[in-house]
Amino acid sequence: MNGSPSSLSALRLGRSQPAASTHEASAERRYPLGLNATGILAALSLLLVVVSVLAAGAGALPIPPGDVLAILANKIGLGTGPSADSRALQYEMVLTGIRLPRVVLGILAGAGLSVAGALMQGLFRNPLADPALIGVSSGASFGASLMIVLGSLLPGFLASAFGSFSIAIAAFVAGLIVTWIVYRIATHGAQTSVTTMLLAGIALNALCGAGTGTLVLFSNDNQLRDLTFWSLGSLGAATWTTVLVVAPLTILAIALTPRMARALNAMLLGESEAQALGIHTERLKKSVIVLSALAVGATTAVTGLIGFVGLVVPHLIRLSFGPDHRLLLPASALLGATLLVAADVLSRTLIAPSEIPIGILTALAGAPFFLWLLLRSQGGAWGGSARGGGAFAGARGSASGGKGGFTDA
Amino acid sequence: MLELRNISYRVGDTALLDRVSLEVHPGEVLAIVGANGAGKTTLTNILSGKKTPQTGDVMLDGASIRSYEPSALARRRAVLPQFSNLSFAFTVFEVVLLGRTPHQTSASVDAEICLEAMRVTGVEHLASREYPTLSGGEQQRVHLARALAQIWHPNGDGDRYLFLDEPTASLDLAHQHHVLHIARDCAKLGLGVMAVLHDLNLAAEHADRIAIMRQGTIAALGSPDDVLTSENIEAAFDISVMVTQHPHAACPLVVAVPEEDIDLRLAREEQALNETIQQLLNE
Repeated sequence: MNGSPSSLSALRLGRSQPAASTHEASAERRYPLGLNATGILAALSLLLVVVSVLAAGAGALPIPPGDVLAILANKIGLGTGPSADSRALQYEMVLTGIRLPRVVLGILAGAGLSVAGALMQGLFRNPLADPALIGVSSGASFGASLMIVLGSLLPGFLASAFGSFSIAIAAFVAGLIVTWIVYRIATHGAQTSVTTMLLAGIALNALCGAGTGTLVLFSNDNQLRDLTFWSLGSLGAATWTTVLVVAPLTILAIALTPRMARALNAMLLGESEAQALGIHTERLKKSVIVLSALAVGATTAVTGLIGFVGLVVPHLIRLSFGPDHRLLLPASALLGATLLVAADVLSRTLIAPSEIPIGILTALAGAPFFLWLLLRSQGGAWGGSARGGGAFAGARGSASGGKGGFTDA
Repeated sequence: MLELRNISYRVGDTALLDRVSLEVHPGEVLAIVGANGAGKTTLTNILSGKKTPQTGDVMLDGASIRSYEPSALARRRAVLPQFSNLSFAFTVFEVVLLGRTPHQTSASVDAEICLEAMRVTGVEHLASREYPTLSGGEQQRVHLARALAQIWHPNGDGDRYLFLDEPTASLDLAHQHHVLHIARDCAKLGLGVMAVLHDLNLAAEHADRIAIMRQGTIAALGSPDDVLTSENIEAAFDISVMVTQHPHAACPLVVAVPEEDIDLRLAREEQALNETIQQLLNE
């Protein structure tokens, strides 16, 4: 109409205040230690490797890190060949038979739970959201209880087919079913309401809790003990078989999420804003729910309930590096893996030869940390300035009374 | 051209929009005004694709917007929301960068465009501030920069459109005019701009066309001079107004005149008339 279309560069400039920073610093976010995003991921990867090697060496039979590395190198054909030394043989057996599957399971579980937490927080646009919100954990818990208490009623051929996996299978299936119900309740036509999903999740969590409670009522002492320990979580079930079961689902979830990072960033603005930015929001919601449910379901089925990792780890990353999902998702996976592997070392060494359930440790460390975050975010008397209060601005909206929290307006 | 064709949208028995047809042309600023509940926001939501009407369709260059790939649509049409509830600690620069989501351009191109957009809306100095710490007006200008960055360059797909939903709501006087100057300039550069406005005088001064909405229909549509008559405004807003000429700009100026003032004025006029008659009689 008014000549050919042109770039908006021709727009007049606004009345910007004299900028102190624009010339000396670029507008890009500045990360701690002068690292860039790649550097941060490299540093976190290195940390994970170091912690994993140390964790593999820790236990009733300590294995020096050097030997751990040598055995690993041998395994992948880089070393000097197997040693005939009996101590070295013992090292290798302990490492490959017991320690390594446990470390690898810890890595998978920590990474899966943390990524699922980051996804949920993005989906619900609330930095305090947790993977449990969509019912997968309570569903898994109910499924596991069902199998622990009533498993003996299974027809013999089923029991022998599932064997020692029957509890894990029941937990996984029940977790997915409950998530599916939550999703169906919140979906009308082609649209899923995030708010309804949150409320339906709360209701189904309560229902599953009631179901689990009822089963407790009918359980004998042994079953009660199994139930209790299942609900406290443990990596004790780690074998190469469980690792192989958990790995595909968790790795799938972690591998697919980077493609959703930009869309999740846009989603933080709100659903309609994300749509206006060209995001298929319904497709995104579905992917996020499916991937989180698979990762959390598979992990929980094998390890039992491990709380706070999915909540706190993405939080820590956001605090330090900002909310950009392109960094948040992989960094959460790495840090979550590291923390869970470290927690597992404590769980199996602190009161050896007994084990402390890992869920106790993650809650023991995670809950106070979380409370500290809450208090800090309120500012005022508890320290931390209310405005411009540093990196924690992330949780302000929801921590202060829920305003700006769970909305899908 | 972007076109609403015979749109009806009802919630239960209430028609929020009743057979509305409207066109947004490239190169113009179209202002939508109307009382609360007249259907302005519903109209914007339908135009931006957030809501789907029960009847009628939104057409872009002759094809339903539902037939467009969302990202292709997003490269041609940016929406500035009334308010945005973002509690995550993105920096201002990162928020503006979200405007580049539908594009596959390189990071350096994106950064350059975002910096320019921030200069245009005057938030460049806030680039590394965390968004949640800004004032409402600053946040709104950040989102305007984001919307501009989204449709910064013309692309092969066709004309670009900018929808502003109450863009001046939390702005001071100077920034209200600044934002509408930006809208004006965007139209000059070939964009179709549609703005929901509450201030009739801002609409009169900056819009090419004004649509007055009343009870889910378009009660009047045309140039500010044609549309902003006291009859139209009184019918749509249920308030008495005086429409005069703007002292500086070539557009109408609307002044609200509360009822009691009218009585007072009528009384004075009557008194003046009586005095004149008396004088004439005396002579």
